[in-house]
Amino acid sequence: MRVFMLGWEFPPFISGGLGTACYGLTRAMDQLGIEVTFVLPKMVEQTYATHVKLLSPDSRASDASIRIDDLKNVKFRTIGSALQPYSTPETYHKRIEETLRRNHLLGGNVSSASQLMGSKDYSTNMYEEVHRYAVMAAELAVGRQFDVVHAHDWMTYPAGIAVAAMSGKPLIVHVHSTEFDRSGEHVNQMIYDIERQGMERADRVITVSHFTRNIVISRYGISGDKIEVVYNGVDRNGSWALDETGITTDEKIVLFLGRITMQKGPEYFLQAAKRVLDVMDNVKFVMAGSGDMMHRSIELAAELGIGHKVLFTGFLRGEDVRKIYKMADLYVMPSVSEPFGIAPLEALDNDVPVIISKQSGVSEVLTHALKVDFWDVNEIANKIIAVLKFPPLQMTLRSHGNFEVRRLRWKDAAAKCVRIYGETLVPV
Amino acid sequence: MPSVCFYFQVHQPVRLRHYTVFDQNEHYFDDYKNGSICRKVANKCYLPANRLLLNLIRRFDGRFKVAYSITGTLLEQLQHYSPEVMSTFDALAETGCVEFLAETYYHSLSFLYSRNEFVEQVHKHIQAIEYFFNQTPRVFRNTELIYNNDLATLIESMGCFDAIITEGADHILGYRSPNFVYQPKGCNRLKLLLKNYALSDDIAFRFSNRDWAQWPLTAEKFAHWVGNVNGCGNVVNLFMDYETFGEHQWEDTGIFDFVRHLPDAILRHPDNNFKTPSEVVECYDSSDSVDVPHIISWADTERDLSAWLGNAMQSNAIHELYRIENKVKKTNDEKIISDWRKLQASDHFYYMCTKYFADGDVHKYFNPYDSPYDSYINFMNVLGNLHGRCCEQAIGGAFYSAPEPSTPECLSGTAAQDNEPRDLQPVD
Repeated sequence: MRVFMLGWEFPPFISGGLGTACYGLTRAMDQLGIEVTFVLPKMVEQTYATHVKLLSPDSRASDASIRIDDLKNVKFRTIGSALQPYSTPETYHKRIEETLRRNHLLGGNVSSASQLMGSKDYSTNMYEEVHRYAVMAAELAVGRQFDVVHAHDWMTYPAGIAVAAMSGKPLIVHVHSTEFDRSGEHVNQMIYDIERQGMERADRVITVSHFTRNIVISRYGISGDKIEVVYNGVDRNGSWALDETGITTDEKIVLFLGRITMQKGPEYFLQAAKRVLDVMDNVKFVMAGSGDMMHRSIELAAELGIGHKVLFTGFLRGEDVRKIYKMADLYVMPSVSEPFGIAPLEALDNDVPVIISKQSGVSEVLTHALKVDFWDVNEIANKIIAVLKFPPLQMTLRSHGNFEVRRLRWKDAAAKCVRIYGETLVPV
Repeated sequence: MPSVCFYFQVHQPVRLRHYTVFDQNEHYFDDYKNGSICRKVANKCYLPANRLLLNLIRRFDGRFKVAYSITGTLLEQLQHYSPEVMSTFDALAETGCVEFLAETYYHSLSFLYSRNEFVEQVHKHIQAIEYFFNQTPRVFRNTELIYNNDLATLIESMGCFDAIITEGADHILGYRSPNFVYQPKGCNRLKLLLKNYALSDDIAFRFSNRDWAQWPLTAEKFAHWVGNVNGCGNVVNLFMDYETFGEHQWEDTGIFDFVRHLPDAILRHPDNNFKTPSEVVECYDSSDSVDVPHIISWADTERDLSAWLGNAMQSNAIHELYRIENKVKKTNDEKIISDWRKLQASDHFYYMCTKYFADGDVHKYFNPYDSPYDSYINFMNVLGNLHGRCCEQAIGGAFYSAPEPSTPECLSGTAAQDNEPRDLQPVD
């Protein structure tokens, strides 16, 4: 089985669940002996020096591959593109402008900036960029051998459609989130159209939960017959000894970790925090992450009069994430609409008990977690207080939860995807 | 010539309402839910089963007999929500073919944690049975058939019982059969009746199981199995929840028809008869002494306490509950004491069981909570408020604090071991 996979970021440049899922799934497929050609967008002008040397600036579709040593069956191909997960048309536009300005200010490389525009390496419009990416992916696919095309989330759907159409191979689209999760009822029509077209053209649609499957059926009008649920997994970190953080305190720490956006429900976290602090004093609330609601959240904390009890760490990665888990007594995910939610699994893997919203895919797979409606701040506060106040509760949640998480493996997710590939290849 | 001895356990707990840490109300119970469940079970089980048994007793002219153990918490609720059930029980009592057993009024685990409280509750139950059914119980059954040598000694020392009932667990009997009357180790006068769990569970659990090789179970077939005991036993003790009839096994499984035909099928053999527990005790001598140093129960396959006290939350909750016994009783406040006692029902701890939770089995079916964690949080919030009320009373309303949770002690049940009953008289 050979897969042409249109995916996203790989470690150590992971900015969220989408990258984590692509990596986990691909690594597990590699172990199953599946040949994967993994195509991902890379921006030439990114600040990470390591990215730049992956590409020769002149080639539009570079064959320079990323070296990830333990993956034997995976070939990486990058396409020069400014697409990033979690972009919105607005943030995309802003970033392109900034890149151009920076290049301009640096002065030395005016030619590159003009070349950038001239060669149409990037489009300033995100929709155009998505379609430009599709053309380049199709070019890249020419002459390659593969059996199925697997595209992750809407920005790669047009590419998936193009590659599938050109090669005549079946298309599988993998829905990690929908426009309704990200934007509530204020959907961006163009994104919705791209998502819907991807799902309609696909031979099979994979969703990360039944929660998302229901959205795909009810909001996108896709037949349930071709939608399969494949839950995400979690990579066990095993037991790694960390240095103590050096912070000794009697204060309890309640953690919010994720993008601070409407979808993740930061305001419900803060309102619950307020209620907790009304009756408990020795507790701090940490919001780790960044996002378009960060400033609003800082203001809200101040308005609620709990500014001194809420810490904003900004975006954390790698070792810092582990450190924050080690400090935390409780992880809260009050997401308004969460297709899956890998972070709670990581929290449990790090022995941190979790409160998760019922409006999440992960609540379908976790039983040893406290579950709340995201809007019920009273109940969220009630449960936060209970976990902090009653050690036996924390202990039971932690031990059972940690055990439960071990059953959620990427190997099983990958095996299920492979089965779905096989079904698309059977002549009907 | 085996005698068939039926005893039915009849119980409903007083379920708690959703109670958060922010609630200050002194009303802890979900009257609506308790009322509707009580009426539902009355209509599906208590009323049709009582009428059926009453008819059978009349039809067989005193040759068909049964025994009941009805908890105080259910008697109170039936009086309130479903008085017609009380009148059918009353009619059964008047036939002279129905025996009522004694147990703890609140269906509690008090034997394990407070001997004083245990004895008080047993006397309270005896009084209730005398009041409602004009009968003084002579046979004792402990909550969930929890039993060990100490319990037997205590019951004998109370001086008002002829026998005690427990599970015929394989590991206490060894090669011996449950179909004889035994003597508890360390007792001189008290006799021991053991549940024949194989035949009891054929009715209570397997009756409607179509995967069971013996399905469908007919009265004739069952009578034949009972007849097999002839020659190797005196009595077949069939002990089960009364809710088996119509609630656990729905009417459409044919369970009522089975019962309707059973007396006839059993009595067709002239050697067979029906006896109440007291008649069994009177009729047969004990054949051997049974040593039960460790606690047993009738629950699950383990036949131990793990369903109520198996995890840290359960152990913590029950320790905290009995820790405030003296404070509660010092208030002399009838309402506080009865609230505290209703919290002792074993059901509250059963809801906190994490055993098999993920598998969604029988534990889930009887659980009004979404998860064991929710049930623990709710219970501890209620207990916190109750404790606050005791403190208020003690210091004239000047002080309020929730009980600080202690670190969970390992389950031993020895907390109250040296607390020998000082007062064997009823409190009221």
